[in-house]
Amino acid sequence: MSRGQAMVQWTRTRLFSSWPSALATLAIVILAAKLLPALIDWAFLRAHWSAGDGAACRGADAGACWALVTAKYRFILFGTFPVDQHWRPAMVIATLLALYGVSGFHLLPAKKLCSLWLAALIAIGVLMWGGVLGLSYVENQRWGGLTLTLLLSTFGIALAFPLSILLALGRRSEMPIIRWSAIGYIELVRGVPLISVLFMASVLLPLFLPQGVSIDKLLRAQLAMILFAAAYLAEVVRGGLQAIPPQQEEAALALGLSYWQRVRYVTLPQALRVAIPPLVNTFIGFFKDTSLVVIIGLFDFLTTIKVSLTEPAWSGFGIEAYLFAALGYFAFCYPMSRYSQALERRSAHGAGLGALREN
Amino acid sequence: MKFNINILAGALTLALFCAANSHAGPTADSVVKKGFIQCGVNTGLAGFAQPDNNGEWRGIDVDLCRAVAAALLGDAKKNRYTPLTAQQRFTALQSGEVDILSRNTTWTFARDAGQGINFVGVNFYDGQGFMVPKKRNIKSAKQLNGAAICVQPGTTTELNMADYFRANKMKFKPVVIEKLEEVLNAYFTGRCDVFTTDVSGLVAVRAARATNPADHMILPEVISKEPFGPVVRHGDDHWQDLVKWTLFAMIEAEELGLTSKNIDQQAQAGNPVVQRFVGATGDFGKMLAIDNRWAYNIVKQVGNYGESFERHLTPLGLDRGVNKLWNKGGLMYAPPLR
Repeated sequence: MSRGQAMVQWTRTRLFSSWPSALATLAIVILAAKLLPALIDWAFLRAHWSAGDGAACRGADAGACWALVTAKYRFILFGTFPVDQHWRPAMVIATLLALYGVSGFHLLPAKKLCSLWLAALIAIGVLMWGGVLGLSYVENQRWGGLTLTLLLSTFGIALAFPLSILLALGRRSEMPIIRWSAIGYIELVRGVPLISVLFMASVLLPLFLPQGVSIDKLLRAQLAMILFAAAYLAEVVRGGLQAIPPQQEEAALALGLSYWQRVRYVTLPQALRVAIPPLVNTFIGFFKDTSLVVIIGLFDFLTTIKVSLTEPAWSGFGIEAYLFAALGYFAFCYPMSRYSQALERRSAHGAGLGALREN
Repeated sequence: MKFNINILAGALTLALFCAANSHAGPTADSVVKKGFIQCGVNTGLAGFAQPDNNGEWRGIDVDLCRAVAAALLGDAKKNRYTPLTAQQRFTALQSGEVDILSRNTTWTFARDAGQGINFVGVNFYDGQGFMVPKKRNIKSAKQLNGAAICVQPGTTTELNMADYFRANKMKFKPVVIEKLEEVLNAYFTGRCDVFTTDVSGLVAVRAARATNPADHMILPEVISKEPFGPVVRHGDDHWQDLVKWTLFAMIEAEELGLTSKNIDQQAQAGNPVVQRFVGATGDFGKMLAIDNRWAYNIVKQVGNYGESFERHLTPLGLDRGVNKLWNKGGLMYAPPLR
């Protein structure tokens, strides 16, 4: 079958296999032909990429006002960080992106990767806070924008994940106190919305503390997010653990492995592999949940965009602003889901199911 | 008897003098110790408090905090800002998370008397009004019977409107939308006949959002009083005095014609009132336990009230209106600095 024939075949079976399907295809094509040119015209041809105070964007035939983003990009990326120090959060973003890349493409063995992460996290702390090596001190009240979103979600996931494994194991433990406290914790956290906990932490908690003592706002938010993510992730990990047939555990027991050896070498690796899709699902949800910190007055990526909109010069360009925000979130969430698919494939024919069957 | 009264007066003066020379309060002490003022501001309201393109806070509420820093610490830059939502603001002040709350907060009886906080003055007089498209030919709020009114929920705005219509025995159809963007879209696309919020907000919206600002009219009725002012905690009278007189100094400076540009020159001119103001004579600073040049620092580094207003609110299309000085027909009045 030639290439042309194959295409005709494909079109016939996929797009015009029946009357309803043919009609739907036609309707979609017509709609796209009508909408796309208008969209391109609006988003690119008539768009304004720079306009000092937004006046140029308000002409009668003006298209999309991307000038909003080009004017406010510093604020959107770095929040209220001192302007002469913007290279510091810029380096932090670059470091984080490099870390994601190195981990995502498996460029380093696990042990080296761990030390790299540790070193990078320390470097990030130094860059953000300063106060050493001649860097001026910047209180974390001034961190914001994309930098804050990335920091909150990276630290959140990195710390919540190990905690969630402990919780999942605790919930399956045979020791009643451990089991009941794990169940109590997970159910309690899952029973209240994150938004209400953030709210309580910022409105109620300060009233109980002695005057002048205040727990750092960012720390409060980060802690609340870690505790929350851990509870949800714990149930995902437990789901993975449930999927492992009990014979595996029994066989490991018969070999004389200790509890931690069984967990480390037998159950957990298999459970996590099964749980990859829901785990990444939760990570992605968590990444987007970081925008809830707006309730306690922290300026994350989405909030900086919203605050930019309150400026009279940019008032009314909500569509452009929110499109940009959506693009921003997509740029991080889509690679995450691609990564999860790659991970599934990798574990399926690496030391995965194939290897099991050979035994 | 006369003799006795003199003694009494002398004793009183002495007592006052001692009190006046007492040490700074705990808030000022802690501010001096940590080297900056923690200032609670809005999370983003044009003209009042908003981070600019470089992330620097600007607005008249921000200027007030800068002025207090200039008075107490001699440097307007020694401020850290805590953006606060409407729900968080009083807790943040009560718990000591912020030293001043300068967040377009309406001074009401219940807040002043019931919340453990003190309002120290007013830096902007606002009030709720109505905006209508001119083509509807409405000249007064009394003609709004049966109108569909766009309003944001959860503020006093919604309650004031309900009160006003009930008091005037009129009916209305509220179109309640949370987000400012969306509520404005609803108004400008004609989903409702009227948009109501504070007059300053109406003016700013009309200037920034209407395709032709002249097509919209703000009705003459102002149905509520919304005096915004800085707030401090109960229990530190010295701090309250300091913030209060910082605001008054800004207003007084405008009345005396002192600006950030001309104050150096005016200080040389020998007018005794100005001499007292800039701290060349008298000991006003000592009474507040701060530098005698405190008022000079405020005007030099931040400017007078009018300068602050013109810097932040005039560009939004707001005119001074009731926020003019008392001797120009407005409400801004500072007790005499003497």
